[in-house]
Parts: sequence; C-alpha cells; structure tokens
Amino acid sequence: MQPDSTTDDAPLIVEKQFFTFAEPPNRMVLENGSELGPITIAYETFGTLSPEKDNAVLIAHAFSGDSHVAGYYADDEERLKPGWWDSVVGPGKGIDTNTYFVICSNILGSCRGSTGPASINLETGVPYGLEFPMVTIGDMVKAQKLLVDHLGITQLHCVIGGSVGGMQVLEWCLRYPEMVRSAVPLATTMRHSAMAIAFNEIARQAILADPNWNRGNYYTATPPHTGLAVARMVGHVTYLSDEAMRRKFGRRLQDREDFSYGIDIDFEVENYLRYQGSKFVRRFDANSLLYITKAADYFDLKSGTAKGSAERALSQSKAKFLVISYTSDWLYPTYQSKELVKTLKRADCDVSFCEIEADAGHDAFLIDDERLRNLLKGFLDGIPRN
Amino acid sequence: MMSDYEIYSKAFSMGSQETKKMRYDLQIIASWIESGSKVLDLGCGTGDLLAWLTANKDVRGTGIELDEHKVTQCIAKGLTVLQGDFNEEVEDYPDKSFDCVILSQTLQQVYEPARLLYSLSRIGKKVVVSFPNYSHISIRLQLLFKGMAPKNEQLPYHWYDTPNIRVITLKDFRRFTRDVGYDIVDEVAINTDQQDFRGTIVRRFSNLRATYGIFNIEMTNR
Repeated sequence: MQPDSTTDDAPLIVEKQFFTFAEPPNRMVLENGSELGPITIAYETFGTLSPEKDNAVLIAHAFSGDSHVAGYYADDEERLKPGWWDSVVGPGKGIDTNTYFVICSNILGSCRGSTGPASINLETGVPYGLEFPMVTIGDMVKAQKLLVDHLGITQLHCVIGGSVGGMQVLEWCLRYPEMVRSAVPLATTMRHSAMAIAFNEIARQAILADPNWNRGNYYTATPPHTGLAVARMVGHVTYLSDEAMRRKFGRRLQDREDFSYGIDIDFEVENYLRYQGSKFVRRFDANSLLYITKAADYFDLKSGTAKGSAERALSQSKAKFLVISYTSDWLYPTYQSKELVKTLKRADCDVSFCEIEADAGHDAFLIDDERLRNLLKGFLDGIPRN
Repeated sequence: MMSDYEIYSKAFSMGSQETKKMRYDLQIIASWIESGSKVLDLGCGTGDLLAWLTANKDVRGTGIELDEHKVTQCIAKGLTVLQGDFNEEVEDYPDKSFDCVILSQTLQQVYEPARLLYSLSRIGKKVVVSFPNYSHISIRLQLLFKGMAPKNEQLPYHWYDTPNIRVITLKDFRRFTRDVGYDIVDEVAINTDQQDFRGTIVRRFSNLRATYGIFNIEMTNR
C-alpha cells in the first residue's frame, strides 16, 4: 500500500494491514506444545518490493512497540504521530524506503493489532486473558516467517531489531538461516541477565498487585491501569541512564519553589514517570506486558535451540551480521553484545561490531543519531543481493 | 624470498588509483595476499587496505579497530570490522581461522608482542607484520648529535606522549622471531616519502636505510 511518497519531503503515508492464518483445525503449534489459531498479525509495509523480491527488510520491534515503524497514518492529518523509528526508516533515510521494501509487524502476544491475550478467543467468545498460551520469541518469529511467506518473499535482505527486537533477529538466524542475508541485532542480548529478569518481575508484580487485574480477567471492567503505569515507570528507568536522567531532570522541582514535605509530586523526574505511565496505559494491555516480558525472560540463544550450542546453530547462518551496542545501556550492557560477537566469531560468521558512545541508555537506539543512520545505510548497501 | 622485481611488478600491476592512495607498506602487503583468501587486519584504521583487497582481490576481510569513529567509517563502507582491542579480540578465533593475519605499523604499540604473535600464528596460516625501523640513519644521527629522544616522520611523537612503547629495529625483530620460534618466510625493507604513500625497496644496509620493515613469518616446525 504505497502512495507516491518517494521524495524526501513528502510525508510517508502508511496503512496498517492484517494477515490471518492458522485457522482451526490447522492451528499453529507453539514452542510449549500448545496450539493457537486463528492468528492475526498486524503489519505495515514501506517502499516497493522489487520484481525479483530481493529488497525486503524486516524490522522487529521492541517489547512495547508496534508495526508503525515510520511515516504517518492517513487520518493523522496534523502529522502528530510519526512511526517509532521515523528518523531511521523512510525515503532517503538510513533504511531507505526508496531502495528497500520494509516490513514491520506487531509481535504475537502484543495488543497493537496482532493476536494476544486481549483478542477474542473464538471458542469462548470472550478475550483470552490468561487462557492465552505462553508464546516465546521463537513463536513470534515463526508468525513473522508465515507473514513473509505470505508476501511471496523467499529471502530477506536484512532483519533488523533493537532490544527484544534484537532477540527476534537472532532467532530468525537460528530458525531460518537460508532466509536471512544479513542481520542487525542492536542493543540486545543472547539472554536476559538476572538483573533484566528482576526488573521485568517488578513490572509484572506491579500489575498483579493491582486489584483491577483480577487474574487477567478485566476486559469488561476497569483495567489495572495503576499497575500497568507502575510497570511502565520501572521499565522506563531501565531504558534511561544515570547520566541521561541527571541531564534531563537533575533534582529540579516540578512547578514549585520548595519541597511539599508530602507525598505529592516534588521532582520533575516523578512527574515525568507518572506522565510516561499514564500515556502507556492508553495504548498497551497489561496482560500483553506479562506475556511479552516472560517471553523475553525465557529467551536464551544457547538453550533455546534443539540443535545444541548457539555457536553450532549460528554456524548454519550465511548472514552478514552487524552488532551494535551503546555505552550507557545498563539493561543490555556492551559486554552482552560482545558475548554475542564472540559466539558469532567462533561460529565463523561474518560479523561487524560497533559500540556507539551515547548517554541515553538502552533507549539510545530509538533516538535520532547520524552515526546509526550512516552505519545502517552503508551496511545495507554493502550486502550483495542474490 | 621474493626478488625486488617481483614485488615491484606485483605492487604496481595492481596499479589502480586506489593503490596509489594506500600507504606504501600496505601496497607491498597487498601484493602478498592471495586472491579469494580470508584476511584479518589488526588496527585496520579507516579500512584502506581491506577496501582495496575486497575490491581487487575478492578477499573475505575482517578488521579490528579500537576507535569508534574509524569503525563506523569502515562499516559504512560495507567492510566487516569489529570495534575492540585486538590483543583481546584475537583470542576468540578458532585455530587457523584466517589465511593471513596482518599487523601493520602497530607492533611498536603492543604491550606483549610475544604473546600476540603467538595468537596471530595460531589463528592465521600466514602472519604479516610491518613496523617503523628505529635504527634508521636519521634516528641514529639525532641521538648521536642532539642527544635527545629522536623523532622522525615515521615516529613523530615526544617521549612523553608516544603510543609507541616498543623500540624495534629490523635486526631486533629478526633476532626476536628466531628466539621465540618463528621463521621469516619473506622480508622487505622499504624507504618511504614523507606521507608514506610512495617508496622504494631497500636492498643493502636495510637496517640503516629503511624506514619500515615488512615481514611474513610463520611458526617454526619443531
């Protein structure tokens, strides 16, 4: 669905599309053995697929992201809501939609158009809630692969993703090595550290502690907005850095000259977190957060494969890799990217690695940065199509 | 050992504009690399050698470079480059991962040269090392007549800000390789102009006249 927005100035107008598959009785078998179907995947495409179908780039979003990676929806006439990676994806940008056909789909288990806990279970006629089976990063990738098949693409020029999106990139290389010509896992890890699991657990417990959560059964009542907002606040802190928070907020007070000596908002940072929390509850489902954080915690490139070690599994990949980390990312610190690089080196993969100096923490990969744009552009253009 | 003529003709039969822009020692090194081979370039800088080898010799190259800015330049050119300290990075590779490992003009900055060379000969079938020659006549004369730590075009730093912590001469390196168990398969001494982009092969009194030495070494079979 691509209008003629090929100049660098014209806004890129996109439309959310849907692909439904795994209709019963042909449900999709999940990694944990359970079955799910029908499955709908929301996706958006940008640019034009070449006649040879050799210019497709798949972007995998992070845990709370969605298919709206770039451009604007037609009904967003005031152009207020650009895609979450609009600085990187578009005509003439780092991932140039004049050259590449970009696909971004909402992950399985999410709530932004794809099937997840908030979707109606056709067997019962009500939302799944906790009846929704536990999906893994592998299941999300399997669903993406079926979408790519549906689009008639047999090989992806590149699979790119940050954070939980980076896990999907790695899973793609393990599961479908013949389909991936190049891969860019950024600000990601081969497995969550105890610290990353711990923060996810705090986020989950915030939701579980909200009485409105009601064991996931809240779709006809008031949702657990307080719990979800706190979960987002915790997450948000892990995406920033000490330096970024000092720069952004310091100890500045919010709309006051002195302390309130009460429990109201005193500091700017408190106000910011509450704002982030309240903004998030308008667009995200609490149960989806529970499921996706669990999927991220379960992800382990080493044990996640039946083929044995990650090294052996990755050695099947002919893909060219570009691993990127950020100096101030303390959620997935550089040492974790370096472990990935080490594994790829031992697997005799073609791997480049760059640690970008940035003070924005884990979120740095989402922030407009010329270095990232240049890296991606040069890397993508250097991959031979075949 | 290759004759001068062979090296000359090899280096200049490559003759594109790209070659002329490349440092002269790299031109010689490039002439030693076989087409289609797998190469590791340590301290690859902005990737001049790798880019040339990829374009002209169909080489599968990887570079290692510490400086983020240089690494991003390399990757943006489509080269495969890892950001990191090569002293550590080389340890990750399995034995005989590369047909050739190149350490150009960096040996004088290495803290543990013997250990590094051992790693290089483990991961590479062929190891090529180049370094500035500290016994060049200009350096000897400066020390003799000025009595101060010498500087020249190749070693332009003061004693207090130099990254070059090792003082190496061609003669020292030959002895070192023998002592730690390597054979010198190929050796070329060169004299370069100020920018290091053009030069000549030095055949006689090389330890006195050459600005750089380039060695292809391999572990002695025992």
